[in-house]
Amino acid sequence: MIEKTRSNKAWLLLLPMTIVVAFSAIVPLMTVVNYSVQDILGPNTKVYVGFEWFRKVLRDPELHAAFLRQLLFSFSVLALELPLGVGVSLVMPRRGWAVSASLVVLALPLLIPWNVVGTIWQIFGRTDIGMGGAALVKLGLHYNYTADRVDAWLTVLVMDVWHWTPLIALLCYSGLRAIPPAYYQAAAIDGASGWSVFRYIQLPKLKNVLVIAILLRFMDSFMIYTEPFVVTGGGPGNSTTFLSQSLTRLAVGQFDLGPAAAFSLIYFLFILVFCYVFYTVMNRVGQG
Amino acid sequence: MAEIVLQSISHSYEAKRGALDEPTRGRPAPTYALRDVELRWRDGGAYALLGPSGCGKTTLLGIISGLLQPTRGRVYYGDKDVTALSSRERNIAQVFQFPVIYDTMTVRQNLAFPLRNRGLGAAEIDRRVGHIAEILELTEVLPSRATRLTADQKQILALGRGLVRQDVAAILFDEPLTVIDPHRKWLLRRKLKEIHKQFHHTLIYVTHDQTEALTFADEVVVMQHGSVLARGTPEDLFRRPAHTYVGYFIGSPGMNVMPCEVERQAGGAQARVGAYEIPLLTVGEAAAPSGRLELGIRPEHIVVLGEAEAAGGLPVSVAAIEDHGRFRIVSGRLGDHRVKIRLGQVSTPGAKAGSPAIVVGGTVRVRFQPEHICLYRDGRIVAPGAGSAGEESA
Repeated sequence: MIEKTRSNKAWLLLLPMTIVVAFSAIVPLMTVVNYSVQDILGPNTKVYVGFEWFRKVLRDPELHAAFLRQLLFSFSVLALELPLGVGVSLVMPRRGWAVSASLVVLALPLLIPWNVVGTIWQIFGRTDIGMGGAALVKLGLHYNYTADRVDAWLTVLVMDVWHWTPLIALLCYSGLRAIPPAYYQAAAIDGASGWSVFRYIQLPKLKNVLVIAILLRFMDSFMIYTEPFVVTGGGPGNSTTFLSQSLTRLAVGQFDLGPAAAFSLIYFLFILVFCYVFYTVMNRVGQG
Repeated sequence: MAEIVLQSISHSYEAKRGALDEPTRGRPAPTYALRDVELRWRDGGAYALLGPSGCGKTTLLGIISGLLQPTRGRVYYGDKDVTALSSRERNIAQVFQFPVIYDTMTVRQNLAFPLRNRGLGAAEIDRRVGHIAEILELTEVLPSRATRLTADQKQILALGRGLVRQDVAAILFDEPLTVIDPHRKWLLRRKLKEIHKQFHHTLIYVTHDQTEALTFADEVVVMQHGSVLARGTPEDLFRRPAHTYVGYFIGSPGMNVMPCEVERQAGGAQARVGAYEIPLLTVGEAAAPSGRLELGIRPEHIVVLGEAEAAGGLPVSVAAIEDHGRFRIVSGRLGDHRVKIRLGQVSTPGAKAGSPAIVVGGTVRVRFQPEHICLYRDGRIVAPGAGSAGEESA
């Protein structure tokens, strides 16, 4: 038998980590929890209201609309960026100077600060001086993202695809590079077609990378704020007002801290639950 | 099925097809992974390609299977020139270093995949898959996902994808036992032998493990630096290695090789190694005075002499003794030359009267069995040992 010694020093060793986590996650989160169950009337007057704010937020039709808009946006983004990213990664060069060149070109959009991305597209889409907008108008299309809901939507969507498809392409490219050549050789010997190689070798081997890509893109797009705010400001009307913008309006614009806190918690829980369920399901599928 | 012929194959990973050896337009001359390889693989033979890492054996395999196009030379399957054909168009199967299986498919789908790609009917596919699965003992796992299999089962499955096809001219193995647990290796190797007996496919097996090569193959091809150094039966390569490198590479430990001079006298021939004289049975062409002569003797063929006969023996100073259980290996020196001796039985100290004590730092008297001595000129054999067959090898 090995003698085990008991020592309370272990608690001391846990302390730094506990402090870091407390300040990075627990304290801020608990502050929000605190606000979400109280009505702050003044600096020193607050009333405990229980789940009142949660009920209010969940029944708010404006937030319902923003939520649906947000879901539609996130799924459109995934539906466009995933196939596009995989496609780009498949045609990217595998050797020579072209590899570095294509990597740099692809990485460019990822290096641009988000509000700059917004500004670029805000100008790019303008029908008077923007290259994209003016070109569309010259082609005879009635494009105007500041007035037309559909145009505003498409502009924000295309901007996001431009901004983030490279991330998926880069992730998939690294995934593809990690496939040992023997798989391709075996497939060639087995007489597999190009489609079979993609379907039975590349796609299965990309699965883990794609799960990460989907999670990242879902979380990021679900929290999108800066770019649409800069381009459209949420308009025209409320057509490009996504959840984070509604939240900001509630918390900073109207200073409704209670409902805003309740809303934040629901927002956070939704992303958490979605990612957890998605990840678990994908892992199950893998073991199938 | 047909004979596979490689005709003066050279391959460089840098040079374009048909490129010249000379430096062209400021580019340095290409380095060659293979150089002028001439090989003929008999239909239905079991061959091993043996050589150290980087000797070009995997490159050669790639050229046979069509994964690589040789820079120069031609590949024939029977009478058909297949040099320009892709692996898809050649009727070949290959098993890779690690098991390549299609993860998302079941075992059955894996086996059916090459047949489906070739457009066979469902009934025919079922029949063949069932037949091969039975032979490979995969019937029970047919419906399960291929990822569930153990590493050796996966490797068998990879082999099965070759066997289901009826057109394969040869099955190539690229170090297929690398990732297999040691205790499963011999099972898999036995399986391969059975399959070879049953199907009579030409099997070409690449390995750097001499035990695998010698137990698997009817004929072993030894490669070094991109060329074929020797080919022969395992017996030949052990008894009469055509090259000192082969002698050294095959056998554990490898052949002892030491420079010598040969003298022919009235009473017979002698080799002189340093200050010591070693009697020879035959000198072959070694008597000719040109070139660098070397004497080769297997560690198994050095006899440690008992005290009674020790007087005439060669003195070997013992530097180390390794106990391998079934045998011992004594490393020592004869004059300036390293010598390894393999001792068959582990003798209990003092058990047999007159048996020499072998201790580190001491000296033993040994005799080189003259019938097993090979002589080499510039690395190539000139006088093979006349050793009788039938003794345990490697």
